[in-house]
This record gives sequence, structure tokens and C-alpha cells, in this order.
Amino acid sequence: MAETKAIMLVGVGGQGTLLASRILGNVLLSAGYDVKVSEVHGMSQRGGSVVTYIKYGDKIFSPVIEKGEADIIISFEELEAARWLPYLKKGGKIITNSQQINPMPVIMGVQEYPGSLTEKIRAKGVDITAIDALTLAEKAGSSRAVNVVLMGLISKTAGFPEEAWQKALDECVPKKAIEINKKAFALGREA
Amino acid sequence: MAGLMLGNQAVARGLYEAGVEFVSSYPGTPSTEITEFASTYDKNEMYSEWAPNEKVACEAAIGASFAGRRSFCAMKHVGLNVAADPLYTASYTGVNGGFVLAVADDQGMHSSQNEQDSRNHAIGSKVPMLEPSDSGECKEFTKLAYEISEQFDTPVILRLSTRVAHSQSIVELEDRKTVRYDYTKNPRKNIMTPANAKPKHIVVEERTKKLVEYAETSPLNRVEMFDTEIGIITNGAAYQYAREALGEKASYLKLGMVNPLPVKLIKDFAAKVKKLYVVEELDDIIETHCRKIGLDPIGKELFTFIGEYSQTYLREKILGVKNEYEQLDDVIPIRPPVMCAGCPHRGVFYTLKKLGVFVSGDIGCYTLGSAAPLEAMDTTVCMGASVSGLHGFNKAMRGEYEGKAVAVIGDSTFIHSGITGLINIAYNRTNSTVLILDNSITGMTGHQNNPANGKNIYGDPAAAVDLEALCHAVGIDRVRVINPGDLAETEAAIKEELAADAPSVIICRKPCALLKTVKHKPPFKVDRDKCKSCKACMKIGCPAISMVDGKAQIDNTLCVGCGLCTQMCRFGAIQE
Ligand SMILES: Cc1ncc(C[n+]2csc(CCOP(=O)(O)OP(=O)(O)O)c2C)c(N)n1
Ligand code: SF4
Ligand code: SF4
Repeated sequence: MAETKAIMLVGVGGQGTLLASRILGNVLLSAGYDVKVSEVHGMSQRGGSVVTYIKYGDKIFSPVIEKGEADIIISFEELEAARWLPYLKKGGKIITNSQQINPMPVIMGVQEYPGSLTEKIRAKGVDITAIDALTLAEKAGSSRAVNVVLMGLISKTAGFPEEAWQKALDECVPKKAIEINKKAFALGREA
Repeated sequence: MAGLMLGNQAVARGLYEAGVEFVSSYPGTPSTEITEFASTYDKNEMYSEWAPNEKVACEAAIGASFAGRRSFCAMKHVGLNVAADPLYTASYTGVNGGFVLAVADDQGMHSSQNEQDSRNHAIGSKVPMLEPSDSGECKEFTKLAYEISEQFDTPVILRLSTRVAHSQSIVELEDRKTVRYDYTKNPRKNIMTPANAKPKHIVVEERTKKLVEYAETSPLNRVEMFDTEIGIITNGAAYQYAREALGEKASYLKLGMVNPLPVKLIKDFAAKVKKLYVVEELDDIIETHCRKIGLDPIGKELFTFIGEYSQTYLREKILGVKNEYEQLDDVIPIRPPVMCAGCPHRGVFYTLKKLGVFVSGDIGCYTLGSAAPLEAMDTTVCMGASVSGLHGFNKAMRGEYEGKAVAVIGDSTFIHSGITGLINIAYNRTNSTVLILDNSITGMTGHQNNPANGKNIYGDPAAAVDLEALCHAVGIDRVRVINPGDLAETEAAIKEELAADAPSVIICRKPCALLKTVKHKPPFKVDRDKCKSCKACMKIGCPAISMVDGKAQIDNTLCVGCGLCTQMCRFGAIQE
């Protein structure tokens, strides 16, 4: 019996976490798991902190992931990795984009963007990998492909056959953006 | 075939398979995607539309049901307040073709102004209500709802929650089967005058008795027996949380039909377990029912009325077990939602803040104008309340505030329920100033076309409400259109209309920055030598601008070149 695994995608509204969760869900489904994906629509999509929960295994009940329950957190932005750190299970893994996007309290100068977050998380004994997904996305042809760069990176850790990922890209990414996204995926996978 | 589907997508699939022919809705998170997905089916089989508001949507669906076709409308929880009037009486007329109304509650208020429990409307209108717990059930329950509707001659409410509507799980697809009935005139059934409604009320009460009988054995309500030490009566998303939290350490009575509730089924279940809990989010409806039938379950004395539950919450409450986790010592700044870079609403709220006026607010993207640094809003209640509320405010203040108070309302919200408030301003005369923020779209709920933008749900050309002519027609003489991207023009117009001795409307017209049809300029740049670090540009709260090493800097992945910030800089430091 496969135990339930929990993956979180966290980021800033508008960064394309929804597309990433579609891709991941598609891959997990073709691997034969029961899958649940819980998304955020509405207000938070306007630049707020957003989270998507993905759970898979033999039989999934609750679609949400709570503090101390995530096996993997994929963060689209560094501050969000720190915000959602409590959701990581002991021995879990974080993959984060090193990009920093200032939230409104920082923009207005009432709060500081805390420094060295990745290092501080690592100092807690957490397995965290940071990559510059924005630069890779720009290299692939669009700063908006950060989501797919991160999918490329996770495809190595998650360990499903590459064809399943390619099929998921074909099925989830709009046709006119497919080329850029395939490039972004490849760059993420190599990173 | 099977696939992953959002709960909302699965409802749309259910509509299609049930042979529904008419769908009319007003958007509202978390219900919006049902109708968006419905509109992806062939419109000759299943026609969809965005109505101006929920009352119209519900009435249109009732009309389609009279015609003998299976019909549907969807809305968020507060939308059902707007549609309550037709629903409560459609409960008396009953249906010809099956009629299902979906309502999505927002436990946790992810995107809502209150957390009302729409089961109360099912009780109030005496209409059966079904509540699925995952996408598979969303589809199955939708189809079953049509059978119940036609069998018991009643509208049926399908209740969703944010978690069920916005979670994807596996759904099996089946074929569509069309069901149609002939129309025959039947005044005693369909004309609700007192003479006809009195006997109908008796029918409604009889119907409820029959529905209770149905609930006793319906496949919608399911018992899962494991360990009998703990028994849990639950519904909707809470079932999933309980099932995950307690696994086979408890037995479950999962209620898929949440109105009316069974009696014998619940009593029998209660008799088989040692400790009985009712796990339901929001109000204590199942619990109260249990007490009414002589049971004494543990309910709201242990579980909250507020927000969403989760497996962790239930594990902690019932078993006293907590999860462990890591945390940084740093204070993590919050990341609230903000108006997009280039949002057409930004200039209006900057101006209102600068003028220091009272702002009677409304609901939409522009409600974000209430947040720092703009903070230019005094009140927000429900859709349309900005316009009607300003009138009351101005009357009560005996005209004292007419020169320093405005209402702000989006185009979709104005059509939804602002027009009647404006009629009241003209008719009962206050010199109120109303700003219609016309961004040519229903932004907040994810960009739906609306009656003011000239496109229907399919993106095809449609009649567009002429807002200027409409305002004139209801009796407002002072109506003007401005470009809110021009700060000087915006300020001058607002000052002039506030000073005028007449009611007025300013239509602030500039499309939403996220529309594909909008052409953007390349990102603007700050000349670091010219920047005097005065932070004037920061006052508009554009997420693309921040101070880096003491000087303003524009994030070129966010900036859409709207040019608002250049109007703030006295030193010409921000350039195209
Ligand atoms: C009765 C009711 N129905 C639906 C909603 C959901 N809702 C919130 S704002 C909004 C419309 C926003 O559109 P618009 O007024 O054009 O403003 P925009 O977001 O485009 O700025 C809707 C449908 C609600 N809050 N209340
Ligand atoms: S979606 Fe459009 S209207 Fe809403 S905040 Fe963004 S730019 Fe403004
Ligand atoms: S031009 Fe200025 S105000 Fe407009 S989006 Fe760019 S940074 Fe923001």
C-alpha cells in the first residue's frame, strides 16, 4: 500500500501555480494514484500569498495539507518558502526559486524583507535547494515560465518517467506557449 | 474515461450528462467555474449565459424549467440572498423540467465578505439540499438532483464549499441523456396568488415529509462502520477531514442530503456507537436536528462555528494529538492581495485619498483600494450598497457631506444592483457623486464578460449597456466620462462634481490591465541620478515599484508601462 504523499506549491498570486499543479496532477494520475489537488482562486490571485495542495496515494480523503504534513514544498519565491516552512514534515524537502518579490508592507517600508532565508531554513536542518528559476525562464523565452522551470527541477526528485511529464506538458500548456515551456522544463531538469 | 476535475468542473459535467439545456449564473467565488466550464459545451445542447445578477439568473432558470427543460443557475453563498426571493416561491410552484440551483459557501472567507451557511436558506425555503464531498460526488449528486427535482416537484439546491469547488479529484465520464417535458398551462400550479399558494403550502409540507422518508434510505446518506467507540455524523468537506483524521478508529454517518435530514437513520447510527460527535463546518444545523430528535451529540461545544476545519483540527479536538513542525524566528511580512501593476482603479483611489473624502465602497477588485497605502474607503457591505448607502449617508448628514463624499462601484456591480440605488439618488434627491469604475470586465472573479462590455459568455458580440445614457435616463443630468489613468483629469472631475449642486455620475473608463485586448507599453525605468528619494511614486502603491538602495526601482517583470507613476515624480526620474 502506497502511503499518502503531500506536495505543496506556494508562491505569489499570478505566478502560475495553477498551471504547475495541473501538470503535476496529470503526471500523478497517469502513474495510477488517487490524486487530490486543492487550489486558490479569487481574491488572493491578485498578488497575494497563494498555495496549492497536491496529495496522492492509494486513497486520499482530505485535499488540504496542514502544518507538519508536506513531504515536498515547491516555492516560487523565497519569502513564501519561509512562510510555509511550518507545513513541512520532519525530513521533508524544499525546492525554492531564489527570486524575491516584495510584499506590500516591504514596498511601503514598514517592514523589511528578511535576509538569508534559504540559509536560515537550511540551518534548521531542512533539505532546501534554491535555484534562480527566473533567469532560466527568461533564458527559455519568458519570465512567466518560472512555474515550468520548477516543474522541470521537481521532475528529477519526484522520479516519474520523463514521457509522463512531456505528455502532461502537451495536455496542460496552451499550444502557443508550448515551445517556450518545453525549453523551460528542460532547463529546470538540467539545473 | 476518467480524469482529474475541479469540483466546479465536475458539476458542469454533471449538468451536461443530465441533459441540462439552460444555464444562467452570476459569477462569484467559489462558484464561478461551474458556469465557465458549462460554457465550454456545445451551446446548441447546453446553453449558458452570465446574467446581470443572481435574482435574474434564478428567475431565468425557473422560466426554463416551466418550459419543460432541465435548467440550472449557480452563485456564491451571498448570491443566494439576492436570489432568495424567486427561490422561496419556486419552492411552491415546483418544476416542470428539473431545476437545480448550486450555491457555494466560502468557509474561511477566502474571497467573501461574510461566512453565512446557506443550509439556512434550504431550511427557510423548504427545498432539498445535496452536498457532495469531492468531485466524483459533485457530478453524481448533480445528476441525482435532477431526478429528485422532477420526482418530488421541487427545486433542488446543490451546496458546495470552497474546498470541494476548488479541489480536483478523479471523475468518471458518462454520456449525456436529454430529458424533456411538454409545456401545458397550469395556473393553479404556476400562479402564486394567495388562493393558489395556500393549498401549495400544504403540498410543500407534505413534500418535506416524503423527502424525509427518502432521506432515510437514499444512497446520498451513507453509513461506514468501523470502530464503534466513536461515531461521527458529518457532511461535505468535513467528512474528508474526519475520515483522514480518524481513519478506522471511528464510524461515520456521511450525510449527502443536508436538508431535510433523516430521523431513523441518525437514531440507528447513534445507537450503534459509544460517543457521538457531529462534525459540521459553520452552523449547528445537524446538531440542532439531533437534539430535536432526542439525541445529545458533542458538537459546537467542542468545534468552532468559524472558518474551515481540517484533519489536524479534528485530530487535536477529538484525539488530543498535535503535529510537530519547524518555524523560523524571523517575522515574515504578510503578503496581502494588491491591485495589479497598471490597474485602472489605482489613480482613482490615490485621488480620493488625496482629497480626503468619505468613500462609500463596494465589492470588486477596487475594494483593494481600502488597503494600505491607498486606504481610501470607509464602508463596504454588499454589492450595490455603495450607491444606496451614500444616499442614506448624505440624507442623514443633511447635505453636510454632499461635497466631500463619493460612492465607488465597478461596472459589473453597478449593473448587478447599483442602478436601483442611483434611481433612489435621483428620485429622492441627494447631491451624491457616484464613481462608476468601468474597467470593461468583471475583474475580481476572474474576468467574466458582463452586460456593459458588449460581449457575452462565449465572447461573441452582444448588446452593451450605454452607461451614460442609462444614468441620464434615471434622472441624473451631470454624467461625465474620464480617463482614470490621468491624475490631473481625475482630480479635477471629482472636485467639480463634488462642488456641483446636483447628483452626478463620473464614469472612470479604462480597461483592466489583465485583459488580453489591452496593449501595454514596455516597462518604465527610474533614472537613479534624477531620483531624489522623495518616495512620491510609492504613494500609489504599485507593486512594481520599490525602494532599492535608497532609490526607486521598477520591477520590469511586473511593470506594464501604464505611466501613472511618472505623473507622481516631480523630477522626471521615471521614463518610458
Ligand atoms: C451578491 C454577490 N454576488 C457575487 C459576488 C462576487 N463578486 C464580488 S465582486 C464582483 C464583481 C466585480 O466586478 P466589477 O464590479 O466590474 O469590479 P472589478 O472587480 O472588475 O473591479 C463579484 C461578482 C458578491 N460578492 N456578492
Ligand atoms: S484584475 Fe484588473 S481590475 Fe483587478 S486589480 Fe488587476 S488590473 Fe485591476
Ligand atoms: S508605469 Fe509605473 S505605475 Fe504603471 S505599472 Fe509601471 S511602475 Fe507601476
